[in-house]
Amino acid sequence: MRERRLKVSTTPLRIRELGIFVRDALGFDHISTVSGVDWIARNQLEVVYFVGSSTPGQEDFILAVSESVARDNPVVPTLIEVWRGAEYHERETHEMFGINFQGHPNQSHLLLPEDWDDLPPLRKDYVSPGR
Amino acid sequence: MVEVESEYSPEADRIMSVSLGPQHPGAGHFRIRLWLDGDYVVRSEPDPGYVHRGEEKMGEYRNYIQNVPHLERPVILDSSNILFAYSLGVDELMNSKVPPRGQYLRVIMSEINRIISHMYFLAIQGYFMGHTTMITWCMGDRDFWIDLGERIGGARVTFAYVIPGGVRNDIPPYAIEKGLKTCDWFEKRMDEYEKIFFGNPMVHQRSDGIGVLSRADAIALGATGTVARASGLTFDVRKDEPYSSYEDFEFKTPVLTQGDSWARAYVALLDMREAVKIIRQALKKLPQGSVRLKLGPQPRVPAGETYARTEAARGEMSYHIISDGSPRPYRLKIGVPSAKNLRVLPHLLHGVHVADIPVIYWGLNYWPVENDR
Repeated sequence: MRERRLKVSTTPLRIRELGIFVRDALGFDHISTVSGVDWIARNQLEVVYFVGSSTPGQEDFILAVSESVARDNPVVPTLIEVWRGAEYHERETHEMFGINFQGHPNQSHLLLPEDWDDLPPLRKDYVSPGR
Repeated sequence: MVEVESEYSPEADRIMSVSLGPQHPGAGHFRIRLWLDGDYVVRSEPDPGYVHRGEEKMGEYRNYIQNVPHLERPVILDSSNILFAYSLGVDELMNSKVPPRGQYLRVIMSEINRIISHMYFLAIQGYFMGHTTMITWCMGDRDFWIDLGERIGGARVTFAYVIPGGVRNDIPPYAIEKGLKTCDWFEKRMDEYEKIFFGNPMVHQRSDGIGVLSRADAIALGATGTVARASGLTFDVRKDEPYSSYEDFEFKTPVLTQGDSWARAYVALLDMREAVKIIRQALKKLPQGSVRLKLGPQPRVPAGETYARTEAARGEMSYHIISDGSPRPYRLKIGVPSAKNLRVLPHLLHGVHVADIPVIYWGLNYWPVENDR
């Protein structure tokens, strides 16, 4: 990645602790977005929280806090308590990748139709119709 | 702590649940579920997704050049800015240096798009306040900017102008003169907007103190763009991490502190004033040379990961692109500003009158199609 970007990887067990640390001690208090990645070859799903800062002088810094979880049982803790703005981003990551955010108040479909009963669409083994 | 939106139970008899949209004339393809106690909103839940088209999945099936036209579809009002961030990301992965003339043209086009988008925003905001002069003036004047964009990019709204490696074509010489004239005319026009719209006591009554977002909440909820800058935050990617020669231009980041619907509309007008300044400087200082790098129809992008962002009209537009060295992106996440501001909506709607919902909702500069992708 370019300058003023940093990616920190951890496990679901430690992510909440890390989130609170980067928010309170390092000043990364502004959630930018949450992304998911399906690493099908290594049988893992990755969740990446991109967080910025409102502290003067480090507004250009984006910290990526990531965690990896097994594809067959993807359960991670929600980080809404750390960054409230992550709520809908996590909901989207849940429906698109099938990752279960434990403690999330509402994991119903955000963008997908309510009656979607196929695989989560952004997983690599889901193939779009006609492809 | 998870925020509790209401002390009322939606199941209680006196609470009525109402669905606003998705056929609401202003909301477009978007629904808000409301729980009302008389005329007051006690709880609300946005329900987007009516125009979800799977842009991110589509991106994984197409190569980096084929991705250009479909990626601007989510926000055709602001089509250059959504491609700008994508192009920056791909340039970064390919380690390509865009020629200076290409960088300036990217800036010109994205600032024109900022004005086009804000004019639409102000038009509908005026309409929601019952100020019909604003919708006719803004929609009419917006067309002069669309004309200018058409002379540069060749299409009316979906320009597909900013592409990886630079811009698609050079600016025709007569468009420079036309652009400078449009800037001069528009600056005078904005003075009139200020008098008839922002100085209007009716507009003040309808929007002063409506939907106040504090600075702390704006940070915690992840607000960006006009919403954040109306609440005292100085977020502006153009200033924070100047990309594509933005450091060459003199402009300010307009910031207001009231955090209400009036400030969110007024900050858009101030944004347009700065955009005009940037366009004028860029047209006058336009360097000579080529406008893009030759990439070929199927560029090879080295394996890597990037998080590129630009300041779009609605706020921070970001792309998380992962390349595995193949011709197509492995992952293409579009972080659109509407999705970042959506969490603010239920927070602001708590406890307001039903009549204030349109003003608050549209004041967030929310674009349903952009959020749904």
